[in-house]
Amino acid sequence: MISDLFTVTVLVGILASGIRLSTPYLYAAIGEAFGQKSGVLNLGVEGQMLLGAFAAFYVALTTGSLWLGLLTAMIVGALMGLAMAYVTVNLHAEQGISGIGFYLFGLGMSDLLFQKLMGTVETVKGFPEIYIPGLSDIPGIGKIFFSQNILVYGAYLLVPIAWFVLNKTTLGLKIRSVGENPDAADSLGVSVSRIRYFTIILGGTLSGIAGASLSIALLNVFQQNMTSGLGFIAVALVYFGGWRPIGILGGALLFSFINSLQLWMQVLSIPIPSDIAVMMPYVVTILVLVATVSKVRAPSALSKPFERGD
Amino acid sequence: MTETDKLPSGRDRIESLEMRGITKRFPGVLASDHVNFDVKSGEVHALLGENGAGKSTLMKILYGLYHPDEGEILINGKPVRISSPNDSINLGIGMIHQHFMLVQTMTVAENVALGLPSSRGLLTDLDRVSKRIIELANLYGLKIDPSAYIWQLSVGQQQRVEIIKALYRGAALLILDEPTAVLTPQEVDELFVIMNQMVKDGHGLVFISHKLHEVVEISHRVSVLRDGRMIGTRLTSDTTKQDLANWMVGREVGFTPDRGQVECGGPRLQLKDVACGSDRGTPGLRGINIDVCSGEILGIAGVSGNGQRELAETITGLRKTTGGHVILEGNDITGFDPSDITDRMLSYIPEERMRDGMIKDFTVAENMILREHEKMPYSRYGFLNLREISRHADELIKKFHVKTPSRETHAKNLSGGNIQKIVLAREIFRTPRVIIAAQPTRGLDIGATEYVREQLLEQRKQGVAIMLISEDLDEILALSDRIAVIYEGQVMDIVPRAEATPAKLGLLMAGVHPEETKQTSEVF
Repeated sequence: MISDLFTVTVLVGILASGIRLSTPYLYAAIGEAFGQKSGVLNLGVEGQMLLGAFAAFYVALTTGSLWLGLLTAMIVGALMGLAMAYVTVNLHAEQGISGIGFYLFGLGMSDLLFQKLMGTVETVKGFPEIYIPGLSDIPGIGKIFFSQNILVYGAYLLVPIAWFVLNKTTLGLKIRSVGENPDAADSLGVSVSRIRYFTIILGGTLSGIAGASLSIALLNVFQQNMTSGLGFIAVALVYFGGWRPIGILGGALLFSFINSLQLWMQVLSIPIPSDIAVMMPYVVTILVLVATVSKVRAPSALSKPFERGD
Repeated sequence: MTETDKLPSGRDRIESLEMRGITKRFPGVLASDHVNFDVKSGEVHALLGENGAGKSTLMKILYGLYHPDEGEILINGKPVRISSPNDSINLGIGMIHQHFMLVQTMTVAENVALGLPSSRGLLTDLDRVSKRIIELANLYGLKIDPSAYIWQLSVGQQQRVEIIKALYRGAALLILDEPTAVLTPQEVDELFVIMNQMVKDGHGLVFISHKLHEVVEISHRVSVLRDGRMIGTRLTSDTTKQDLANWMVGREVGFTPDRGQVECGGPRLQLKDVACGSDRGTPGLRGINIDVCSGEILGIAGVSGNGQRELAETITGLRKTTGGHVILEGNDITGFDPSDITDRMLSYIPEERMRDGMIKDFTVAENMILREHEKMPYSRYGFLNLREISRHADELIKKFHVKTPSRETHAKNLSGGNIQKIVLAREIFRTPRVIIAAQPTRGLDIGATEYVREQLLEQRKQGVAIMLISEDLDEILALSDRIAVIYEGQVMDIVPRAEATPAKLGLLMAGVHPEETKQTSEVF
């Protein structure tokens, strides 16, 4: 029954799993935001996440170390980022197309490795919940915010850190200038290539963590194409959030809460066709996007390769 | 020599900078051929030359953006190595680029701080930067608000930010690459005041321009480049504008075209309360009323972006009007297709000749029939008459002195001047009744500019009504019979040529109303 939704336990459950579900979006979208702020559109996020998810899961499964798994996912993501940076910065490739290439590579490669190395779906015991002393005992709030795994806390810490780096540091100033007017940055001795390499590799690393958060913290399994479009949603969230970490947080939360709501509705057997329920987050996202047409402009040099011209 | 060798910013002067035997080859071009050039502390050294003469190449080498194949650079007599902008900045060289190197979405302070080490390590120190900006601004008499965003500033103010940026980095020597191209006459005067102050304080300035009167006004010495070679250096006081022009082009040039007397006929093109939107969604034109008569050149003066583009596009049917009427020889053509308007013998020389004036990957011959390709004799029943098209192309190439290897050469391989000649040939040969010429000589060298202007005056003599839209005030004054000044999509005033002065037009271009103009002129 629909009224089942409005008990305190269920509402707390919806919010708590909403917070948890937003983790991969936050890592991936904030990584993507760094890239886009410097003028690089990376559509390969999904592929980086898939390979990251596989690497984390496989290493955790074989070595028993979740931290080693996470580290491997970060390295794999960073290497994917490095390749992307070489193709877009040095070879001046069309960013949208090469991003799709990296997506397909990650999709195929993670599947191939899965088939060759594992063959069947297995599970690991993921990162455990960490109960913050004192705070986790607060009724409701404690369960929603202070009883999550380490990657969830990390994702929420990342939001202010990203804001601070972009707006309060010399590095952030360089990143923004390279994305808005690379010629100006170049004329002041800022290396456009070095900044873009940095942001794309950072984005890849964060996408790797995003993948790991799925396979060794949220779902604790690896399956073929387990991200199922999550990386592309992360790219959309960057636009949705107007290239601001706080906006991305808002978008990720909205999307995750509605996702969590529809999951709970299915759990509670509320009579709504599951197809409709699964559609809900996407439909709401589109509606919100249409309603709040962002007044924030994209970085001017987004997806434009930089060449020192005449 | 003054009592101190320091600049007001606290940095050491560059007593002399010398470039010796600088050579730079690009594939197929010798852009710089053993060029010698020098600047001293306390002087403005003007660098003159036509497009492609090698001015920019030389300055980009000095600023570290290009690397010379041969030659050396000496500062105060000692050889230095400049392999990147960072090196030149550290040596005290600053450059004000023709297209400002500013990040529009960031503040003045952020733009200045960009790329510099911060006193707070990894964190930005914008408060400190702002304080220093204000200090420098006061020292040099530049008014600027460090917390303003670049997009909020006028072009003149943005240029000041560029100057501050260079001074902040301790520039002792500044390269100004065509700094006046985008300014109103008043802003040019203000810039010259600043430049004179900097020179008095011991800076050395390189002033690149092809406006001869400015060179004569501001510089102490002048050097002329032609085809990558240094033709010579002279004291400005020993030269005249006419000398410099001849020197630059390598032959005698007619300086002011002979306009002759032409009888003004009736109005051929009339605009009544014409309004339209702009690409940004804001109003582009807000009720324009203009007549252009037969045998007249009506100049449209104004600072870039005040509706010039919209004006040309509404008349030619490329942009929808939101009000008013466009009347061509008594017929209302508002809302007509561009092709219908063309058929009524209105010709258009568009501002962006490479984008709107021609198709880069088409041959010269094909570009010459773009407007008339569907008509006899160039085509019949949908089939192109290639023999006639070739004959036509050869005729125009000869008649309009187009320098091209052949009629089959792709347009993109020709120089800007020759491309404009093709556009001009196509638009004039069809004996139009009205011509809309938008920035017809922008980016052209003196020779080509002279040619285009002569052709327009010839058309005027034939009784064609010509609207000349130009941001170059000298061009407007040289060619127009009457001058309409537009500002924010409205006509401020229409002034007969005889009553127009740069000062008067400049005020109108800045949006000062005619009545106020009179008052100010009474004050002076």
